[in-house]
Amino acid sequence: MTMIPTPTKPWAASTKDRAVDGSIFALSLLSSYLLVFLTPLKGKLACFVCFFLAYAIFTTAFKGIQRGNAAAKDALVNSLVAIGAIVTVIPAASILATVLKKGLPGISFNLFTHDMALATPTDPLSNGGLLHAITGTLTLMVLALIMSVPIGILTALYLTEIKGRFTGPIRFLVQAMSGVPSIVAGLFILSAILYPITKGYSGFMGALALTILMIPTIARTSEEVLNLIPNDLREAGTALGGTQWRTVAMIVLPAARSGLVTAVILGVARIAGETAPILLLTGGGDKVNPNAFTGPMGSLPYYIWKSFNAGSPEAITRAWAGLLVLVGLVLFLFTSARFLGSRKVSK
Amino acid sequence: MSTQELVIPAPREIVTEPRRSDKVFRGVVTGGGLSSLVILGLIAIFLGYRGFEVLRQEGIGFITHSDWSISTDDAGNVLDSHFGLAAMLVGTILCSLIAVVIAVPISVFSALFLNFYAPGWLKKILITIIDMMAAFPSILFGIWGFLVLMPSVEYWAKLLHRYLGFFPIFDMQVPVYTRSPFVAGVVLSIMIIPIITSVSREIFSQAPLDRIQAAYALGATRWAMIKAVVIPHGRSGVIGGAMLGLGRAMGETVAVFTVLNIVFQVNWQMLLGAGGNVASLIILKFGDASPYEIKALMAAGLILFLLTLVVNAIANLIVKTTGKSGR
Repeated sequence: MTMIPTPTKPWAASTKDRAVDGSIFALSLLSSYLLVFLTPLKGKLACFVCFFLAYAIFTTAFKGIQRGNAAAKDALVNSLVAIGAIVTVIPAASILATVLKKGLPGISFNLFTHDMALATPTDPLSNGGLLHAITGTLTLMVLALIMSVPIGILTALYLTEIKGRFTGPIRFLVQAMSGVPSIVAGLFILSAILYPITKGYSGFMGALALTILMIPTIARTSEEVLNLIPNDLREAGTALGGTQWRTVAMIVLPAARSGLVTAVILGVARIAGETAPILLLTGGGDKVNPNAFTGPMGSLPYYIWKSFNAGSPEAITRAWAGLLVLVGLVLFLFTSARFLGSRKVSK
Repeated sequence: MSTQELVIPAPREIVTEPRRSDKVFRGVVTGGGLSSLVILGLIAIFLGYRGFEVLRQEGIGFITHSDWSISTDDAGNVLDSHFGLAAMLVGTILCSLIAVVIAVPISVFSALFLNFYAPGWLKKILITIIDMMAAFPSILFGIWGFLVLMPSVEYWAKLLHRYLGFFPIFDMQVPVYTRSPFVAGVVLSIMIIPIITSVSREIFSQAPLDRIQAAYALGATRWAMIKAVVIPHGRSGVIGGAMLGLGRAMGETVAVFTVLNIVFQVNWQMLLGAGGNVASLIILKFGDASPYEIKALMAAGLILFLLTLVVNAIANLIVKTTGKSGR
């Protein structure tokens, strides 16, 4: 008779381990409630903090008693990293929840069909809307795209295809440029173009500042994408007698197409909510302005800013509604970038 | 038979003369690549050119004094002006230091969690959330920070003051907790946690696998492995990531402006509701500034630009020497 050994999992948690884990969990929950109940510490957040601290202390103590010093340290770090991850995620959850909760009451159909030409932020919500802000933001984005995509992709091409003398310095400068504060970009356009040349607020000025902020994002992401293109493709292009120009234009760029689109979308998402340069440069009109080159132009960040500073309850609701639209836009861009980015090299 | 001189044919010179299309292509691409240099140079030149007058008038006082006043007569001529950034610079540094001090431990822990603790599915979700946070517009952080976060942070500030007030940094004379540098620092820390986390995560993920496995094979616990392998490998990368976060925090405008009370007085007490911030100063004063004051704001912008540039340059150097830098 043959014995068939049943596979065992000696590393899996036994019932006893689970019971211990569960009791530690319950114990820390209990003690956190007691702490909040008995001491002046108040609030949900305090309860959370106490719970995690209690859990960390109890597991550490238990492991220390059970398996000694090293295991205790391990358990402590175990709970610390979990706390770190949770603390990182809590603000995101809180922000999204708040925007949804406070923004939804302000969303209505005429928000998307009216502008604020005949309304002030403190009017009831049925008056006016953010049509001008949406069209303005889209105009700014398109203008910034037209200017920044060529420069960004050319920079990436220089870093990956030409690899000339300046590769190191340019890579360094692009990184330095991604750290330029947005307000400095705004001041630069103000000092270099708006005051000496155009002398008036317009959407185009805002788009110029956004271009400066967008170039590094596009350049760095595109560089990463282009680096992923296998060298075989380039060699094949050269072997077929193609010049470098033909190889890059006909083989490398098409192969990297969806990755480059991802880079561009990430760039747009980066600037969609930029506020500081918009405040300095666009003038923030309340009317739909199809001409980006003359006259003040509204945009979502400006609208939110203005409504928020107006301060009345209606205005704050308007600001949240605007934020909800803006966040929706950013999340849409972000998700599509993720979706496209998951297949970086096209077939 | 005479031996003929052996003639060694001279090697033909091989030239790869690029075609004209390639020359044009290389020229255009190089031109595009140099644009970042041009733009950065132009920023420095123009801000310096506009702010030169103020910088010359104020001299070193522009960064050592802290009064900001201008008086003009009815015709708009400048009678008297004092521009000093000291309070703003101190405030900027204080806020961003608070942000980095809060953000670095949290980011390092969550990066460790992502790399060595989280199961695959959770890791994917968390990375998406963290990248998404990095894409949130700053005005969102500002308004959320003002309306949602500030009450809790004020509460924590009161606790800190009551129980840890004997430390000089938590000390203050007047109990005003609203809109303090501490609040701004907490908001900024939430904004830079995603940046530091993703840089640290990339550095940690490059820790040599053979050493990780060797540590486990020697019977190390997970923490012992991290302490022995990952942290020595990633230390300078984390410092670089923290500096990147510091640079971002220094240049942040709108989020800080909404939660900070700007006062033209040097204040190192982080819990007191009086701070300063160069970027916020520009937004605050821009609306009703006279042409001469605008020049002072340009000079302030130049100082901010140079400050962030230096911090970012150091950060990138540190990250680069450790490994491929994160985004």
